[in-house]
Amino acid sequence: MRIRVQVEAFDPGAELNALHAANVGIGAALGFVGYVRDFNEGQDVAGMFLEHYPGMTEKALAKIAAEAEQRWPLLRLEILHRIGQLQPGEPIVFVGTASAHRQAAFDACNFVMDYLKTRAPFWKQEQGGDGPRWVEGRCSDKDAAQRWDKA
Amino acid sequence: MIQVQYFARYREALGVDGEQLSWASELATLDDVRLLLLARGGVWALLAEQNLMCARNQELCSLSEPLADGDEVAFFPTVTGG
Repeated sequence: MRIRVQVEAFDPGAELNALHAANVGIGAALGFVGYVRDFNEGQDVAGMFLEHYPGMTEKALAKIAAEAEQRWPLLRLEILHRIGQLQPGEPIVFVGTASAHRQAAFDACNFVMDYLKTRAPFWKQEQGGDGPRWVEGRCSDKDAAQRWDKA
Repeated sequence: MIQVQYFARYREALGVDGEQLSWASELATLDDVRLLLLARGGVWALLAEQNLMCARNQELCSLSEPLADGDEVAFFPTVTGG
């Protein structure tokens, strides 16, 4: 696995290509990219600041990745999350999974995103016309993560 | 000593990103720390929020998690990454 938490922008296409990187045992490579939208809950979003918990963030992501590797036969797993100031249209997060067959890659990617959204210490603050506002957690994210408990 | 950290909306509302508390044997769990802070009144009532999350030594845990001298504890609102 590889975990990166960084201020710098990244190229999702390059990340997806690197995921395969000459491992000819890989039959399926999957990349999820999360982007900053220009609206949320009916309000314009001009920018976004991502706060995190230095030290814990990396550990929490590594723990999620380790659990995914335990549940599915993955050949590669990448988690890249940005912090700091972002603009609408910019990628925030990349989760890449690769496996011999597609199902493990699909499921593991879904799992990592669900857990990341509910267990990794990141907080979004949106900037809009009315000033900055903290994004509140969604029940739907919690529900999505809980379905893996039963699995 | 217990190092306590606050993040995001809590950090902003409390006006502090962290502090050190003297270790005391009454602080058996994270919830004991939370109750000590709540007793300060005013903005600290924030820590009574239903969806408060917490961590001990940089690992998510429940409020019933046991505490030891030298631990790093964190209180924060629901995480919203991804």
